[in-house]
Amino acid sequence: MLLINCPWCGPRDETEYHYGGQAHVPYPGNPADLDDRQWAEYVFYRDNTKGPFAERWMHGTGCRRWFNVLRDTVTNEVLASYRLDEARPEPQQAAAQAGGPR
Amino acid sequence: MAEPTLAGPAVLRRSPLAHLEERLRAATVTGDRGVSLAEWPYITMVSVRAEPGSQAAARIEKALAADLPRVCGETTTAGPHTVLWLGPDEWLVVSQAEHPCLTAELAQALGGDPGSVVDVSANRTTLELSGPAAREVLEKGCALDLHPRAFGPGNAVATQVGPVPVILWQTDEAPSYRLFPRSSFADYLARWLLDAADEYARPEVTGEYARPEVT
Repeated sequence: MLLINCPWCGPRDETEYHYGGQAHVPYPGNPADLDDRQWAEYVFYRDNTKGPFAERWMHGTGCRRWFNVLRDTVTNEVLASYRLDEARPEPQQAAAQAGGPR
Repeated sequence: MAEPTLAGPAVLRRSPLAHLEERLRAATVTGDRGVSLAEWPYITMVSVRAEPGSQAAARIEKALAADLPRVCGETTTAGPHTVLWLGPDEWLVVSQAEHPCLTAELAQALGGDPGSVVDVSANRTTLELSGPAAREVLEKGCALDLHPRAFGPGNAVATQVGPVPVILWQTDEAPSYRLFPRSSFADYLARWLLDAADEYARPEVTGEYARPEVT
C-alpha cells in the first residue's frame, strides 16, 4: 500500500486515490493540424520510465482534487507530491524532501 | 369519505436507518468499554463552493457568522451552524436550523459570483458513535491517526471507514464522533459498526489471545 501525501489533506492510504496516468502531457496547440499518427501519439503513447516518473492522482475520498506525484517506478517509492500549478521537482530535491529512501 | 391529508413531506419521510433503530439502540454498551451508536436523521447540510478569500466568501462568512475553515480537518462553529472543510474551495455547512431559509440566505450571500450553494440534506445521514471504546471501534476500519495528539474535538475529515467513504467529525472528548455516510451506504456502515462494536459487550479477552499493549 502506497502512502501518498495529498497537497491539501496530508498523508493518506492509496485506496483513497484514483490514478490518472502520466502527468505533463500537453494538449496539442493546434489540434486541427494533427494527422492520425500525431493524434495517436498524443492519445495513446506514454513514457515507460524506469526511475522517477511524474503521474497524476486524484484524492477521490478526500478533497477530490487532482495533483501530481513523483514516484520511482523501480522502488515504488513516492518521492514528492505537488499541486498542478507547481513545477515538477527534481528527483534529488524531492528525495531530500521525502527524507531519502526508506 | 376520505380525510384530507395534512401530513407534509416532513411527516412522510423515512430516514435511511429507520429500519435499524431498534438494533442500534440494543447494541449500546455502558461502562469502561462503553460504546453507543445512534442515527441523527434529517440534519440540514448545505454544500458551499466559493473562491476562498473572495468577496463572495466574505459575504457567506458574514451570513453564517463563522469563518470558512482554510485547512483540512478544521471546522468552525457559530450558533446552530458548523462549517466543515471538504476541499480548498468546498465546505459542508451542518446546521440545526431549518434548511429552506439557510440555503436561501447563503445563496443570496453568494449572489451571482462563481460558486454554488446547494441543499444536500438528503445526500447523507448522520451516525453518532460515542463512548470510551468509540475510537477503538473506528480504528478497526479507518487508516487515519485518530489518537488525540493528531485528531481531536472539532476536527473533521473526509476519509474511509471500512470500505465506505464518510465524513468523520469528532465532536467531543468522550469521544463522540459523527459519521456522515451517503444514504445508500448508511445501512452497510451501520451494520459494519454494529459488528465492530459487538466485542465490547463481552468481557475483555486477556491472556495469550489479548491484543498486545501499544504504548
